[in-house]
Amino acid sequence: MAIIRWQGPPGPFGELERIRREMDRLFNEVSTGTEPFFSRAYPAVNITEDGENFYVRGELPGVKPEDLEVAVVEGRLLIRGERKLGTEEKSANYHRREREGGFFRRIIALPARVNSEKVVARVKNGVFTITLPKSEEAKPRKITVKGA
Amino acid sequence: MEAKVTKEMELKKKKEVQPAAGEGTRPGPVYIPAVDILETQDEIIVLADMSGVDGKNVDIDLKDNQLTIRGRVDSVVDEKEVPLYSEFGWGDYMRTFTLSDVVNQEKITAKMDQGVLRLTLPKVEKIKPKKIAVTAG
Repeated sequence: MAIIRWQGPPGPFGELERIRREMDRLFNEVSTGTEPFFSRAYPAVNITEDGENFYVRGELPGVKPEDLEVAVVEGRLLIRGERKLGTEEKSANYHRREREGGFFRRIIALPARVNSEKVVARVKNGVFTITLPKSEEAKPRKITVKGA
Repeated sequence: MEAKVTKEMELKKKKEVQPAAGEGTRPGPVYIPAVDILETQDEIIVLADMSGVDGKNVDIDLKDNQLTIRGRVDSVVDEKEVPLYSEFGWGDYMRTFTLSDVVNQEKITAKMDQGVLRLTLPKVEKIKPKKIAVTAG
């Protein structure tokens, strides 16, 4: 009896399929570090800094503070929660329905080390601001240049 | 286990108002807020997502069935801050609708809650046939 080694998924596309999977894996790894300028991830964020802090801001209209969770884990900022749209009367007849609800989750790689104990998140008028104090080694340090 | 029907949210790019729609006096982009418009027997309700707009900065204008909502956004970004990464723009909001129903302008109410405007436009009551009492004199 001839022994035939099983070749995995048959057909000429087996190898292509493997390459495709490999490419997907690569792209996923790349995109976790620096997000493309316009990603589909919700909510969109803007990041700024000053000497003391990093600021991560975004728009979450209608999301109450209790429906938003913010955490800092190993140099990454996690933002997640749920946007609940209020339920209107059953008899209401919709003319337009553009607003969407659902859950969201975002992980943002922070550009430098932060003091995770002192991170503050605030929500005002549907805009959240997360203030992340830079850790001592991440703060710009002025080095005095001595003359010879 | 009960399956909870929640879907993952996807970002929709903020749409800018074209200058032809009426330019603002303040420089900077003006965005079109996403809205829900629903109608009940007695009123029309408009819900608009206008993040960053405080209640006092909302302007509602109704003229000849043209309803315009405007929201001004006060900057939350300090001038000292340096941008590192940006996915969206800050700006005011504006949108105009044409109403098909006659609304009672006197009774329009507006409320801002967590960046969502809720506008209630009560419809004009149907003209009730008035009974005129005839008195014999």
